[in-house]
Amino acid sequence: MKRLLVALLLFAGAAVAQEATPDAEARYRALIAELRCLVCQNQSIAESNAALATDLREQVRAQIAAGRTDAEIIEFLTARYGDFVRYRPAFTVRTWLLWLGPFAVLLGAAAAAAYFIRRSRPVAPGAAQDAQRLRSLLDEERP
Amino acid sequence: MKVRFLVPAAALAALVVLFAVGLTRDPSKIPSPLIGKAAPAFNLPVLEGGRLDLGSLRGQVVLVNFWASWCTPCLEEHPLLMELARSGVKIVGMNYKNDPQAARQWLARHGNPFSVIAQDQDGRVGLDWGVYGVPETFVVDASGIIRHKHVGPLTRAAWQADLAPLLPSS
Repeated sequence: MKRLLVALLLFAGAAVAQEATPDAEARYRALIAELRCLVCQNQSIAESNAALATDLREQVRAQIAAGRTDAEIIEFLTARYGDFVRYRPAFTVRTWLLWLGPFAVLLGAAAAAAYFIRRSRPVAPGAAQDAQRLRSLLDEERP
Repeated sequence: MKVRFLVPAAALAALVVLFAVGLTRDPSKIPSPLIGKAAPAFNLPVLEGGRLDLGSLRGQVVLVNFWASWCTPCLEEHPLLMELARSGVKIVGMNYKNDPQAARQWLARHGNPFSVIAQDQDGRVGLDWGVYGVPETFVVDASGIIRHKHVGPLTRAAWQADLAPLLPSS
């Protein structure tokens, strides 16, 4: 019984130490999932075990506790580590190609595909002459 | 008729060039947003006692080298740093997240190229400078502006191409 009580107290203590409000905790979770670890670049700082990721997580937690907004925290990190620290960098003069490039390539490919499909569509022999004849017949019909 | 085959061929050639250029770039080297900006200020304890304020370095071009005794690649660039120090380049060492005693032992063993060593115990200054792995070397000009950042061990080629031109020729 005593042991259970101690365990419960420890658990409660850990929960209190972890984070003050559920809202701050949710913001912390969301932010660290959005930020790239610069050492192991395909992991967010939430996933990475690198020492740098630990430092950045602590930094994010401390700044949330200090009352900074998400935008301020992201600005703090991009000022030091560049756009690369964000998985979804802001749309700027430097990043527009990154955002729009894939769509431009897709559009180009669609246009090319449409062009080649139209060019290679088989045309029945004599169809062009038929069309011309039809046009002249229709013209004759007109008063 | 010919154009029909030239378009995809040209597109392929463009992609090959794009990927070839991409392959020559090292993705672990991330450009720093701090180039051309004032070096983030610090006031840190010095390894051999006293404190170092970044502002006190104004008026001279210095290399700021983030380093640690636990960092193996730092040993790789060490002979070059020693050589630069001998030729009169002022190098400020930043003992990054490292035990002062371990740093002293390392320097006693390998030689000390630094004119002064600041103790960045918790890596907080490193974070302000956008350091994500040691060694990293910054060129800070006489008015305290960061002019260049080199990520990874400094090589002779990188020194000659990127860093040396930023220092006054002596």
